[in-house]
Amino acid sequence: MLSRRKFLQGMVAGSALSLLPKGAKAVRDEEELATLLDLSKCIGCGACVEACKETNAHKFPKPQKPFPRMYPSRVKVADWSDKQDVDDRLTPYNWLFIQTAYVTWQGKEYEINIPRRCLHCQNPPCANLCPWGACLKQKNGIVRINSEICLGGSKCKSVCPWHIPERQTGVGLYLKLLPSYAGNGVMYKCDRCYDRLEKGLLPACIEACPEGVQTIGPRKEIIAKAHQLAKEMSGYIYGEKENGGTNTIYVSPVPFEVLNKAIDTGPGRPHLKPVPNSMALEENLGWAVLTAPLAGLAAGALKVVSKLKKGEEKNE
Amino acid sequence: MSKKEKWFLGLLSFALLFTGFAQMPIFKRYYLADIPGFAWTADYYLNHRLHYLLAFILLFYLFYKVVTFFSSFQLKNLTFLGWLKVFLWGGIVFTGMLRVLKNFPQVVFDYKTVMYVDWIHLGLPFLLFIFFILGKVAGISYLRK
Ligand code: SF4
Ligand code: SF4
Ligand code: SF4
Repeated sequence: MLSRRKFLQGMVAGSALSLLPKGAKAVRDEEELATLLDLSKCIGCGACVEACKETNAHKFPKPQKPFPRMYPSRVKVADWSDKQDVDDRLTPYNWLFIQTAYVTWQGKEYEINIPRRCLHCQNPPCANLCPWGACLKQKNGIVRINSEICLGGSKCKSVCPWHIPERQTGVGLYLKLLPSYAGNGVMYKCDRCYDRLEKGLLPACIEACPEGVQTIGPRKEIIAKAHQLAKEMSGYIYGEKENGGTNTIYVSPVPFEVLNKAIDTGPGRPHLKPVPNSMALEENLGWAVLTAPLAGLAAGALKVVSKLKKGEEKNE
Repeated sequence: MSKKEKWFLGLLSFALLFTGFAQMPIFKRYYLADIPGFAWTADYYLNHRLHYLLAFILLFYLFYKVVTFFSSFQLKNLTFLGWLKVFLWGGIVFTGMLRVLKNFPQVVFDYKTVMYVDWIHLGLPFLLFIFFILGKVAGISYLRK
């Protein structure tokens, strides 16, 4: 299991491909990695939140003001640039925050702290439904929004079962296209420190945690470890099956239905409800679409053959 | 092509274009979804699924057509516009299928492929539409008479 600095180095070294703008690299030929969060250990100190902010500050939006006028005027701008310090919810400047639940479960009192961010779904609707090719899943399981081309239409947020991505207006490609009529900025969320991973470093939040709450590793190993941990604490798992499977696995001594009722939810504060696979229907329909050409060819061939036969009969 | 077939293909193309446009966050912004009975136009999942379903019908039809068309030696009768249309449809179908492939959890494309597939899949229907209108206006057929 990878819980030490530089542990990932061997895995990513030499497999990076220089593709992304600004010298960033798309990591290829990698295993799908997942993170495990042992909620029984988290003390809610916020060191991870701080580390995330510091480490990823260079990726945060630097919006131009004043913003372009929006048409129709009911289109609202989203501006967090004057509230960059907000750290009790997700914002374009805060990709991780701590939710706290005070609960009683089986006669025992608990304070459960839950680091919340994008779960990096295995079949992410945010990426699949992005109409502009800006959101994508990498082989190593990271789901990323390409801030170079994102137009800020916020569709990823609408289709995400947890409504994770957050918009900042006044930044990005839309400014160069039709700023008043299409687009509205760029969407931001946890990118699981893809650039650090490429260098063989751990995500900042994992490295900064004094309690060793998070572990990162190949998904299979992480799932096995999560089940073992859950067994040891007679606990519960969230994220393994949610939305068809994510790469963020929470293990808690208290059921997630109970936690969900005890946490603050709302804009920028995701729930902990059960989530069915948003892409289930598409996964089935997709097979039909991919085999439709074959079916069409076969039907066409049958038609041609029967035509030829008819012709022969006439000739006889 | 029979009249019925023309209608069928016309309606199918329109439905694909519409559900395709519905993939962009514009129907809500531009009030279409506010019209009573049109709220569904802003339902991303619904339109995505409809687009898949329509694509299934289109692909079946197009590939059926490819065989019957080839076998009846109509290919040599295609005009320049006809060939252009064939290539544009081909590009739309190809990028669309790549996109369907990408939406399986096991399939991963690099970020540039993801981007260009989407942009091409968005751009070609525009070109097709323009040539369709030009052909109508100039009275050019896709088949030699
Ligand atoms: S740094 Fe660790 S203990 Fe502190 S809030 Fe984050 S996950 Fe919890
Ligand atoms: S949690 Fe939401 S934003 Fe993150 S990968 Fe899943 S769908 Fe996308
Ligand atoms: S993985 Fe990186 S980007 Fe994501 S929450 Fe942790 S520090 Fe922030």
